[in-house]
Amino acid sequence: MTEAVVASSGAAKAAADQPYLKIAGIVKKFGDNFAVDNLDLEIQQHEIFALLGSSGCGKSTLLRMLAGMERPTSGKIILDGQDITQLAPYERPLNMMFQSYALFPHMTVEQNIAFGLKQDGLPKDEIANRVLEMLDLVQLRKYASRKPYQLSGGQQQRVALARSLAKRPKMLLLDEPLGALDKKLRQQTQLELVNTLEKVGVTCIMVTHDQEEAMTMATRIGIMSEGKLLQVGTPSQIYDYPNCRFTAEFIGETNLFTGQVVVDEADRVEIETAELGGRIQVSHGITGPKGMDVWASVRPEDVRIDIRPIAAGPNAARGKVKEIAYLGSFSIYHVILPSGKVVKSMVPANRWYEAGEQEPTWNDEVYVSWRADMPVVLTA
Amino acid sequence: MYNGNKLSPFLKGVLVVGFLFLYIPILSLIVYSFNESKLVTLWGGFSLRWYASLFENEQIISAVWLSIRIALASATAAVVLGTIAGFVSARFKRFRGSTLFAGMLTAPMVMPEVITGLSMLLLFISLQQLTGYPSERGFFTIWVGHTTLCMAYVAVVVRSRLVEMDKSLEEAAMDLGARPFKIFFVITLPLISQAIASGFLLSITLSLDDLVTTAFLSGPGSTTLPQVIFSKVRLGLNPEINALASITVLIVGIFVILANYLMLNSQRKRERAIAEAMRGDAPVLPSPPVGVEGMGRPGRA
Repeated sequence: MTEAVVASSGAAKAAADQPYLKIAGIVKKFGDNFAVDNLDLEIQQHEIFALLGSSGCGKSTLLRMLAGMERPTSGKIILDGQDITQLAPYERPLNMMFQSYALFPHMTVEQNIAFGLKQDGLPKDEIANRVLEMLDLVQLRKYASRKPYQLSGGQQQRVALARSLAKRPKMLLLDEPLGALDKKLRQQTQLELVNTLEKVGVTCIMVTHDQEEAMTMATRIGIMSEGKLLQVGTPSQIYDYPNCRFTAEFIGETNLFTGQVVVDEADRVEIETAELGGRIQVSHGITGPKGMDVWASVRPEDVRIDIRPIAAGPNAARGKVKEIAYLGSFSIYHVILPSGKVVKSMVPANRWYEAGEQEPTWNDEVYVSWRADMPVVLTA
Repeated sequence: MYNGNKLSPFLKGVLVVGFLFLYIPILSLIVYSFNESKLVTLWGGFSLRWYASLFENEQIISAVWLSIRIALASATAAVVLGTIAGFVSARFKRFRGSTLFAGMLTAPMVMPEVITGLSMLLLFISLQQLTGYPSERGFFTIWVGHTTLCMAYVAVVVRSRLVEMDKSLEEAAMDLGARPFKIFFVITLPLISQAIASGFLLSITLSLDDLVTTAFLSGPGSTTLPQVIFSKVRLGLNPEINALASITVLIVGIFVILANYLMLNSQRKRERAIAEAMRGDAPVLPSPPVGVEGMGRPGRA
């Protein structure tokens, strides 16, 4: 009894020290191209981690290396203390849900889910129990004897999920899990999928190019570009504090101004930028020499538009309305500045009504501004 | 119904002429197989006497029997070898000389049969001189010749099916713990079974009517049906051959119609199931028999 307690607390301690999954220095070369370039990543148990990037950034290759479909050129993958780098796909304690679902068309839903369990040689009644458990999990019990083509897209997706969870893998890999569904169904399925994954408590890595999907589903996100991880963090960290231009532009929309640091003090930084025709003041400091080239990112929802002149100073400029995209609850104004730079501003629908002002229209002169705590300074 | 797509009289005429051109010879052949007269070109009244004499002709019966045996044997061998070859060329990573391999696989299809036949004849003769086997030309040599020819067709059919098949099906099976050898039999083979079946049927028809290669590789006492027909026609047209040909047309026709019916039927069933799955939770199985469905209106409750 005491021994067991000691042993389990020992294991827990080991788990706390060591990440559940450790990817160390992984490289995959195709010919002379680096699909994945010396990448390190650590993932804790029960996390839902999303690899986000545009197509060809190496995220799928990384996932396929975790599944064993591709052999890394160099580097190590350690899952729960076991080095799985050289194991064949059928020896790895993790399962994958494929983008096309890859349901076996000649087997019923039941047989599809039981396939992995049969390979493990489990006794028949246990297989039957597990299959029922999985069918209940994805609420497809009454579809057990159907063939995949007799199911709708959303149902097929749930069968694929059940099949990949049936073996109780240490980790679940999801390749564009909702990529094959149409947009309306996707949003509804996102939350449903997260609920199921959290109920099972399985550690997940998903690959997606859809930032909304990543932000909704993942506990942490890794932004990938050209085989490298640019930034890893929670969705809000990545949105509010991007560490480079790529992340800032890839996640959500932003206005980027390029300029030089002219004032760098503890409580503020000022950036001279020709694009704005003035200075951008940021109320949090950065460390860097004066004159350094930097970029300031301002999200459209942080840009305010006024039709009456505002006090001149930093973080403000005069411009003309070039484009208005009406999106119902809000509109996106494209304001062109004298420098030719276009600033996007997201304006709530009730903004003008509440201020008792006439809504500006094309070619109207307007003033854009933002608070000094809004811009993020980027050095890369 | 499709007013915009109505055929113009000219197109209709071309269509009719085309079909007549294709089918008049076969129709006249069938009609004259019921001819009483011994003269093939002169109508002498309805009779079944040529069918009766056909079944008494031992030469023809044994030729039919030999042809069927050779066709079944070579189709079987061709399916086994062709499937393996098609699988390798579709699924294995590119290896040194894989293009050459793929080219050589299809070469028998475009090689003039006279060349294939002659070269195999030379091979068998030198083999016989070296090892004493095969001691004579007959069933075995024809079987080998037909197999090489049919194998190329099976490999091409299987290969194209495999190329269009989603590779992630096999990967998913591997991910779920199945080893490559098992995956081939449990996943790949069932999914390409239709291609294999059509390769098998194609091989049978190829082998059944092959004359050129067979002529090189057959020996005394091993005469296939096409050889019998050819030699008989050289001696003059014979109503018996008309009867034989008509039976062949009948059998082929039945097979074609049957195959089409089965395919259409399963496709219709599939489409209906997909439509119902899209509609939501409506029960898909069991489906009503097809015959009843014919009168059904679309959009019934």
